[in-house]
Amino acid sequence: MFKAKFSGVMRRLSCLALAAGLMIPGTAFAFREGINLPEGVTSISSDIYGLHMLIFWIVVVIGVLVFGAMIISIFLHRKSRGVKPATFHHNTTVEVIWTAIPFLILVGMAIPASQALIEIEDYRDYDMSITVTASQWQWHYEYRGEDVAFYSRLDAKSNAARQLRDRRTVDPEEVDNYLLSVDNKVVVPVDQKVLLLLTADDVIHAWWVPELGGKKDAIPGFVNEMWFEITEPGIYRGQCAELCGRDHAFMPIVVKAVEQDEYEEWLEEQREQTADSGDAADDQVTALDVAR
Amino acid sequence: MESTTATHDDHYHGPASGIRRWLFTTNHKDIGTLYLWFSLIMFFVGGAMAMVIRAELIAPGMNLVDPMFYNQLITVHALVMIFGAVMPAFVGLANWMVPMMIGAPDMALPRMNNWSFWILPIGFTLLLMTFFLPGGAPASGWTIYPPLVLQTGDAFPFLVFSIHVLGISSIMGAMNIIVTIMNLRAPGMGLLKMPIFIWTWLITAYLLIAVMPVLAGAVTMLLTDKYFGTSFFDAAGGGDPVLFQHIFWFFGHPEVYIMILPAFGIISEVIPTFSRKRLFGYEAMVYATAAIAFLSFIVWAHHMFTVGMPIGGLLFFMFTTMLIAVPTGVKIFNWVATMWRGAMTFETPMLFALAFLFLFTIGGFSGLMLAIVPADFQYHDSYFVVAHFHYVLVPGSVFAIMAGVYYWLPKWTGNMYNEFWAKTHFWLTAISVNITFFPQHFVGLAGMPRRIPDYPVQFADWNMVSSLGSFVFGISQLIFVAVIIGCIRGGTRKVDDRVWEGSHGLEWTLPSPAPYHSFDKPPEVR
Amino acid sequence: MAQAEGSYYVPHESYWPVVGTIGMFVAVLGASIWLIGMGHVGVPVTLVGAAIILFMVWGWFRDVINESVSGTFGALEDKSFRQSMAWFIVSEVFFFGAFFGALFYARMFSVPWLGGEGANFFTGLLLWEGFEATWPSHGPGELGGDFRAIGAWGLPAIMTAILLTSGVTLTIAHHALKDGRRRLLNWGLFATVALGLLFLCFQAYEFYLAYTEYNLRLETGIFGSTFFMLTGFHGLHVILGTLMLIVVLGRCLKGHFTADNHFAFEAAAWYWHFVDVVWVLLFIFVYMI
Ligand code: HEA
Ligand code: HEA
Ligand code: CUA
Ligand SMILES: [Cu+2]
Repeated sequence: MFKAKFSGVMRRLSCLALAAGLMIPGTAFAFREGINLPEGVTSISSDIYGLHMLIFWIVVVIGVLVFGAMIISIFLHRKSRGVKPATFHHNTTVEVIWTAIPFLILVGMAIPASQALIEIEDYRDYDMSITVTASQWQWHYEYRGEDVAFYSRLDAKSNAARQLRDRRTVDPEEVDNYLLSVDNKVVVPVDQKVLLLLTADDVIHAWWVPELGGKKDAIPGFVNEMWFEITEPGIYRGQCAELCGRDHAFMPIVVKAVEQDEYEEWLEEQREQTADSGDAADDQVTALDVAR
Repeated sequence: MESTTATHDDHYHGPASGIRRWLFTTNHKDIGTLYLWFSLIMFFVGGAMAMVIRAELIAPGMNLVDPMFYNQLITVHALVMIFGAVMPAFVGLANWMVPMMIGAPDMALPRMNNWSFWILPIGFTLLLMTFFLPGGAPASGWTIYPPLVLQTGDAFPFLVFSIHVLGISSIMGAMNIIVTIMNLRAPGMGLLKMPIFIWTWLITAYLLIAVMPVLAGAVTMLLTDKYFGTSFFDAAGGGDPVLFQHIFWFFGHPEVYIMILPAFGIISEVIPTFSRKRLFGYEAMVYATAAIAFLSFIVWAHHMFTVGMPIGGLLFFMFTTMLIAVPTGVKIFNWVATMWRGAMTFETPMLFALAFLFLFTIGGFSGLMLAIVPADFQYHDSYFVVAHFHYVLVPGSVFAIMAGVYYWLPKWTGNMYNEFWAKTHFWLTAISVNITFFPQHFVGLAGMPRRIPDYPVQFADWNMVSSLGSFVFGISQLIFVAVIIGCIRGGTRKVDDRVWEGSHGLEWTLPSPAPYHSFDKPPEVR
Repeated sequence: MAQAEGSYYVPHESYWPVVGTIGMFVAVLGASIWLIGMGHVGVPVTLVGAAIILFMVWGWFRDVINESVSGTFGALEDKSFRQSMAWFIVSEVFFFGAFFGALFYARMFSVPWLGGEGANFFTGLLLWEGFEATWPSHGPGELGGDFRAIGAWGLPAIMTAILLTSGVTLTIAHHALKDGRRRLLNWGLFATVALGLLFLCFQAYEFYLAYTEYNLRLETGIFGSTFFMLTGFHGLHVILGTLMLIVVLGRCLKGHFTADNHFAFEAAAWYWHFVDVVWVLLFIFVYMI
């Protein structure tokens, strides 16, 4: 008795729950902050954001149609309503249509995607370049032609907080930008096309700052390129994005974008420090890569 | 040929008794049962690891485990779930159902069938024992990329050999399934009369035969790179770490379809039954399956968009990957059209099938988003990817397996399972799976990388939600086990041969429970 | 058709699969122990495992041969065996495909890229200045020191001739079997086995030369890696194929097989031809170009 009734109610609830449970978070996540891609501060990141929202809405619309049809049929075409099942099982016309339309939609998505890709993959005409060498578990930055080079590691406070529970001296919640702060930030000027030349010493790592748009792997023995041109001064944070061993979670990236003159000042300071530490950059290289 | 008497003797003996029955059996049902139990155990082993993963991730800070151990957990969690839970479950279902659905007495190569099962447990013994070796289990992620994987300690050869062993098992299983389907169909069952489950498994078996050896080759090269001084994946010697990724994903992408095509097959059996209507567009379904399988060989590099491929490669792999949405869409639409104007009832198998339809599609949509190269530059290696693949794997593959188990369990045992508890299992599972995996989209988009045991505090809230959801999901699976055992022990009632009002196909013409040998005399198919 | 008359042969319980499983477990366990640096334990354990596997092969095949000789198998069973052998060979094709893929990738992509070609200007410039991409290559790190590649038209050409001839003798034997000419069958098979063994001797000598005279080793960068991986795995397959042929030869001498029922012969023959074809590809891609 109870069971029969219960499953009857359940049956009705089933559709509602499925519909609500899936669609509501589905649409909500486009709007609230912290649950969507950042628009970012470079042309690449905003291109990607646009593309992401475009595809997102396309699949939402397709989803509404498909799930709508499913829900309608779940409600209307159920045995408990006394319907007799239809007997059709084939219709070439509709099958051609629902093969062709998705295909066209895909073509429509592929065009802007390819355009954006071609733009992103254009590494020419950069204003400055930095060689980034990843290793377990730190980043080494070398400003090419500037005699500036340094390592960048997780900052001390995050490091204290990230120890296993009984060993930690600081509560992660109390660290500003926990796991997203470093000892030495990468400083770059705004409105300059910065080329990163990524490589690694030991295993594969990946350089990812979401607000600058995208990531690239740093592969031992090879050099990968990546570029960005930041439009707004500010501090942008990211993390290593390729599993690289024990401390993969603890190798953040912090980029500080400043106005040109501030950048020059910073360079000057760094040059002195670098000269002290004897970690000099290779000047010849700049001359050579003009030849490219 | 001449000695039908000799063969007949063999047909009328029942199972041996005790442990001998399970160790030495050549019977497709016994072997299917072994596969299914093994898979269930592995689901719990892998799930237990997932529970530790989620417990570590419930709040920021290192709360529970060492980072190295965390990496070991995710690696083995994935390998156990993929090779131990999902694939064996499908092989188990194939073992049970293929002979029954095509009207055959057994599998074509019964002894080899036994062998393909029994080397699975030893493969996993090798893999799981690495937790107890110095240096622990492999910690490189299930994708075992060099050079990282070459830093593995003593676990390394165990990892490589266990993959070899599992590969041999899959290849033998696949050969057996192909041969059975090609040779032992009842007279009159032409290829285009085979049930869709048979079709999807046939195509899956081809995929297995093509890609498992490639994985074996890839791990062999890892082995020689580590121990014999070769430099396949070492730039200094002229190799390239990315070469491994190409070979791995040439296996890896078809592998994910190996885990979904049989699921499509199950769904294609369940939906018509409970809609009381024939499957819409049977032939289109077959062609779509074949198209997906074909495309799966030319999309592999969509897992490596960030390795610095030439732009031509990026575009090619983006287009081919997007194309897969077309045949997959055909399948989704055909299922909806099957339901359309049917007379549906909502027994547990159907509920799982419907949830599959909704949630797999969501996973497919996120897959399509991942295929867009520029967007993938952001999504790659973030939790958005984790959300994508759990949507296609858990409410995709795993739900389909559960649908299949509920659907055929009465046929296997002769008893009806407890519908109330089964539905409770369904609802808890279906709701908690979304609570677990939907928020992972959010944190992924917001910038949380995958494979990290600790994360910046802004991701805390959704991770808490996800962890809590996963605990509910985990506990709900205990109901599943209870329902299965209850059903084997007698269930709620005896069922007749047809079991379900709308069922059709040869397996439902056999008595319930199905006799030890399926069809001694091949049935006639019109 | 067999199916229409009676039914498909479903064998009794068999313990061979479990024996094989144990053998496999012991063998890979031993190999693992050996590789993690305990050869004194690992090697003997591996050998025990291999022995168990051989025992399994012997016993399993004995059962199947007895069944076959006593006429248990009909046309349908025969078809099953054939098809599974064919699919096994397909899986082997893909196995070799992985290694050929590595070779092509190294030659077409990784080595040129390391030399700064394509979009990899900076790879050449920043990491491997002065490295010129050529083939054969042991990489910018010049791993393994100076070496020479083995030219195609010496030993390898002879080995090609040997294997191709063995394919011919095998085909002669096959036709002889079909025509019921047992003496020719035995001689043809014998010649095939002999040529297979001869090939293996040549290959052993080639490897010996490579290590001593050419300084070409597994450690010789990507060229050494692909060279030994491909030829080595091929060599293992020749060994396996030769063993299969020896078993078949033994059975022929015992008078097994009839003109239209000789699956084991055909399986071994297919396998041998497959090994042949792989060699020809090796000859072209590894030695010639
Ligand atoms: C069962 C397993 C399964 C399945 C079926 C899929 C299906 C798909 N996957 Fe997924 N995928 C995985 C398992 C799976 N995947 C796993 C395990 C990983 C991660 C591995 C790792 O790194 O560890 C992964 C990762 C992964 C990536 C790499 C992400 C990254 O690391 O950066 C990509 C990128 O393209 C991708 C794409 C796709 C696509 C396009 C599909 C398509 O097949 C989906 C097609 C379906 C639909 C599109 C929905 C239904 C269609 C319609 C309703 C028609 C109309 C629709 C349109 C026209 C839009 N997947
Ligand atoms: C078929 C494949 C499959 C399946 C079924 C699952 C199932 C689950 N997965 Fe898994 N997962 C993968 C394949 C799969 N996963 C892969 C390929 C990866 C990538 C690995 C890599 O990066 O290399 C991954 C990675 C992965 C991560 C990311 C780790 C990281 O990147 O840092 C997470 C995190 O939440 C996760 C969670 C879960 C959960 C909660 C489940 C749940 O669905 C599991 C539910 C099951 C159970 C819980 C078992 C049953 C119950 C009990 C054991 C009783 C006890 C219960 C309690 C104590 C509550 N998985
Ligand atoms: Cu460096 Cu992850
Ligand atoms: Cu894929």
